[in-house]
Amino acid sequence: MAVSEEARPKQGKTPARARLASLRFPRRFSCDDVFEASSIIFAGVIVLIIVVTSVFLVRGSVPVLESFGTGFFTGKNWIAAAGSESYSALPFVLGTLVTSAIAVAVGVPLSMGIAIFLAEMAPWSVRNPLSRVIELLAAVPSIVYGLWGLFVFRLWIRDYLETPISNYVGSFPVFQGTPLGLDFLTAGLILAIMIIPTVSSISNDVMMAVPASQREAAYSIGATRWEVVRTGVLGYARSGIFGATILGLGRAVGETMAVTMIIGNIPALPASFFQHGATMASVIANEFSEADPGSLHLSALIGIGLTLFLFALEINVFAQLMVWRVLKVRGGSVE
Amino acid sequence: MSNRSFRKFKDRLAYGLGVLCVVLAMFPLASILFEVVRNGLPAISVGLLTRPTGNITDPSSGIGNAIEGTLILIGMTCLIAVPIGLFAGIYLAEFGDNKFGRTIRFLNDVLAEFPSIVIGILAFSIVVVAIGHFSAMAGAVALSIIMLPIVTRTAEESIKLVPSSIRDAAMALGIRRWRTSLSIVLVTAKDGILTGIMLSIARIAGETAPLLLTVLGSGFFFSGVDQPIDALPLRIFTDYKNSNYPSALAQGWGAALVLVVLVLSLNLGVRFLTRGRSTFARARA
Repeated sequence: MAVSEEARPKQGKTPARARLASLRFPRRFSCDDVFEASSIIFAGVIVLIIVVTSVFLVRGSVPVLESFGTGFFTGKNWIAAAGSESYSALPFVLGTLVTSAIAVAVGVPLSMGIAIFLAEMAPWSVRNPLSRVIELLAAVPSIVYGLWGLFVFRLWIRDYLETPISNYVGSFPVFQGTPLGLDFLTAGLILAIMIIPTVSSISNDVMMAVPASQREAAYSIGATRWEVVRTGVLGYARSGIFGATILGLGRAVGETMAVTMIIGNIPALPASFFQHGATMASVIANEFSEADPGSLHLSALIGIGLTLFLFALEINVFAQLMVWRVLKVRGGSVE
Repeated sequence: MSNRSFRKFKDRLAYGLGVLCVVLAMFPLASILFEVVRNGLPAISVGLLTRPTGNITDPSSGIGNAIEGTLILIGMTCLIAVPIGLFAGIYLAEFGDNKFGRTIRFLNDVLAEFPSIVIGILAFSIVVVAIGHFSAMAGAVALSIIMLPIVTRTAEESIKLVPSSIRDAAMALGIRRWRTSLSIVLVTAKDGILTGIMLSIARIAGETAPLLLTVLGSGFFFSGVDQPIDALPLRIFTDYKNSNYPSALAQGWGAALVLVVLVLSLNLGVRFLTRGRSTFARARA
């Protein structure tokens, strides 16, 4: 049977269709190769997006960089009024740094407490439900945080935190000004709330990835639960927790709407926690749709976008490397 | 002995501080939900949900156009991001065990953490500048760039979870690899993939910053993909800017309630349907 089938083509009896088919699909170029190639192309879209983003941001900020040079990063003023235009990213860079620093300083210790409690100490029956609830904090849209921040959170901060501080230590330079609640401190604190789910859930994952033998060793020499965490778990999970912190920082740096709604939006160099300010993200959100196409103002805003992009890129690349190194240990099953 | 009791005390203290941290984190969540319901519920009416905004100072204006806009944007975004994300996920899971695959996976994680406002600038530079005005299309492009990394990652993970015995069985039947991937592996992994898609929808439904730069907002119903459109988060932001009009503020809270209900029901729905699945999407979406 097989012989006669193979012999057939030699006798010149190959049907035209089959010959055509073999032309169209030579053996070395099968459907599977087409499938693999197209999936590579789609995966390449991700690379393309990052490349295109950098290209457009650089191209868009060329005019402002040509006009102001390094002054764009060292100047003090941001004046969009025609005639006396002057653009500097410095107030916004500093504003972002101040708010993110507050967010990390307040949010990370809280998140660590949550992660340690949920990963190591809480009764088993509440661990899962509680971590789900904490994660819901990440599901609330940023604009809703902004609305709540403006009409509820701001008043708490103003009445119960800023007014007392202002009354007792108002003479310190960093606490000067009238506490209105629309300032760096409130913006930083709302960012602290917003980074909690990110930092705590990744820290939680990292701690769960610590091998049980670490804990067993500590328990076997009579350690209390807290000592187990301190000696056996935290040291082992250190770099992953650090990575989670940096990821939280990245979130805080890029967060836009909630900050825009409660920071007051005055482009001034930060001098006091109780001062109206602006961040890189908030100035873009506020002024972008008002800037005329092709104007220097628009270019300046894109320049700030470029700065923000570079900040976020560095922070995230660094953080991914830290987290990735730790979670890889468990064979990638954690993430 | 006193040393021992001091150690026990420290243990108790750590436990107490842990409880305190959890309570401190849950308090804002509870307050947000409470305030949104308290301020939003009185504003909700059939008129609010169905009428277009029109003039913001008009007390009878509604958020019907914003709800419609959000749904249209979600639909358009899914059309763009889901196919690309699926294929990218298939690539990472099936062919991605090499240097290129690892690079893509890494860049994907980086892209997932991009500030959304920067993505807004990108979509503005590509679509808005090309068309010449703000449009729904530009918003969909921005949102799909936000959605893409989440879909890609969850697709990859769900595909990797498919037992190799299923793949082997397909191979043994002589089914081609592409056919196996599309008709067998993908179908087996569909629960996880749907989870990722739903969570990413919940994420993009609440995105505001990129929309400010791309779709601008509008007071009227949908009039074409190349025209400005409204969306719930944008409506909330506009109402906040007009919050000296009490009717606008009430409308904003109403829109916030609709948005929170939409987002949380997607989230809770997914979590209820798929207990104990991949933490990745949950942590990042």
